[in-house]
Amino acid sequence: MLDILEKYNILEAFWMTIRLTFFSAIGALVIGTVLAIMRVSPVAVLRRLGAFYVNTVRNTPLTLIMFFSLAGVGIVLEVSLVDQSSSTSLRDNAIRWAIVALAVYHAAFVCEAIRSGFNTVPLGQAEAARSIGLTFGQSLREVILPQAFRGAIAPLGSVLIALTKNTTVASVIGVAEASALMKVIIENETASVAVFLVFALGFVILTLPVGVFFTSLSRRLAVKR
Amino acid sequence: MDDVNPDTAAPSDRTPDTPRDPMVVIDGVNKHFGDLHVLRDINLTVGKGEVVVVLGPSGSGKSTLCRAINRLETIESGTISIDGKTLPEEGKPLAQLRADVGMVFQSFNLFAHKTIRDNVTLGPVKVRKKSKSEADQQATDLLKRVGVEAQADKYPAQLSGGQQQRVAIARSLAMGPKVMLFDEPTSALDPEMVNEVLDVMVGLAKEGMTMIVVTHEMGFARKAADRVVFMADGQIVEIGTPQEFFTAPKSDRAKDFLGKILTH
Repeated sequence: MLDILEKYNILEAFWMTIRLTFFSAIGALVIGTVLAIMRVSPVAVLRRLGAFYVNTVRNTPLTLIMFFSLAGVGIVLEVSLVDQSSSTSLRDNAIRWAIVALAVYHAAFVCEAIRSGFNTVPLGQAEAARSIGLTFGQSLREVILPQAFRGAIAPLGSVLIALTKNTTVASVIGVAEASALMKVIIENETASVAVFLVFALGFVILTLPVGVFFTSLSRRLAVKR
Repeated sequence: MDDVNPDTAAPSDRTPDTPRDPMVVIDGVNKHFGDLHVLRDINLTVGKGEVVVVLGPSGSGKSTLCRAINRLETIESGTISIDGKTLPEEGKPLAQLRADVGMVFQSFNLFAHKTIRDNVTLGPVKVRKKSKSEADQQATDLLKRVGVEAQADKYPAQLSGGQQQRVAIARSLAMGPKVMLFDEPTSALDPEMVNEVLDVMVGLAKEGMTMIVVTHEMGFARKAADRVVFMADGQIVEIGTPQEFFTAPKSDRAKDFLGKILTH
């Protein structure tokens, strides 16, 4: 068993998982926040656009989005995210499209988590903000969003855990993250159950602290009313 | 702020319906909530430095009227103007006008994630563009004035209702408002905390602040009001000085209302 693990660079595979998670989490947080603001904005067109995005993306399998990103947009429409002349352009292009797909997909869930956070903020907070002369944008930034985020921390933690595990879908477009390496090892070696358990343990090590951290964060930052 | 002093200006000198120097003019205002006609052709002019107390049974539209004055409730017809400026539609001009209109809510609505001091400085810093140190100094003065300076670094949930409401008044005053609206400011308070809030309000009235106060506190109306407006079923039924209204109400509706609340 140990010799199998020594033959393959498991840590590097998990490092790719962590990088995919990190960058797509940031992307999902940004897009999701914008979507959540759209969904509570006073402009009906924005509200509908936000709802359309969430309902479309949330109900499409991630594998399809992943495949569509690289194959559809990246290859057929020839939208490249890398410098074509670089020697690792194929590999990097796949990684970047994977990050885009993961961010776009999880943004829908981030949006809904933040929207549930908005619902924890009483209407009176917005009224008070407006009554002292804050504009719509200022009310959002200074009063509503800070409270909404605090109310959304626990569900955002769940989204981040799901995102970490969903990075395994990036293997369908050839990104060498943890699950891709696992498939390779299982194919080439014996002791497949042991290998599987090692990788499963790797994901638990990644996600368990995230859950613990977010739970304690949501307790510490809770807005007392 | 000091051009009119309610102590010396005998209320009876004033013509009830047309104050000399108007601050808030409400003209032919109507509003429905579904089938309910909550504001029926409301006309009211509030003069500079005047304290107007709006009384009436619940559901009479008095809170809606108060909230309509800074457009927290939209109106369907008629106009509302403040210091000569008609209330704008949404957007920057409305925000600017709201900065000049203080509002104190029944449920305090202090910003729950900010300290007491930051509650008071937010508006001056973000809207009035004051420096943080200047706003802090002003907040300290205002919190002292309403008697909660010792709580400046606490969060709203750590304060009693009466303290929170006094902070809410300080938050409004920090904007240097031309007029203050009070929407049942003592209705959510425990009885022993009502007076500490009313005392602050009486002090404001004495200093000549223009105030529109929706309340059930008859004592405050007698003590501080220049005029009492009695509303029922979305209409202004009667306007008069506190003395006229409480001793000799003209309408049956007002007699009935006073009869119900003053017998205990």
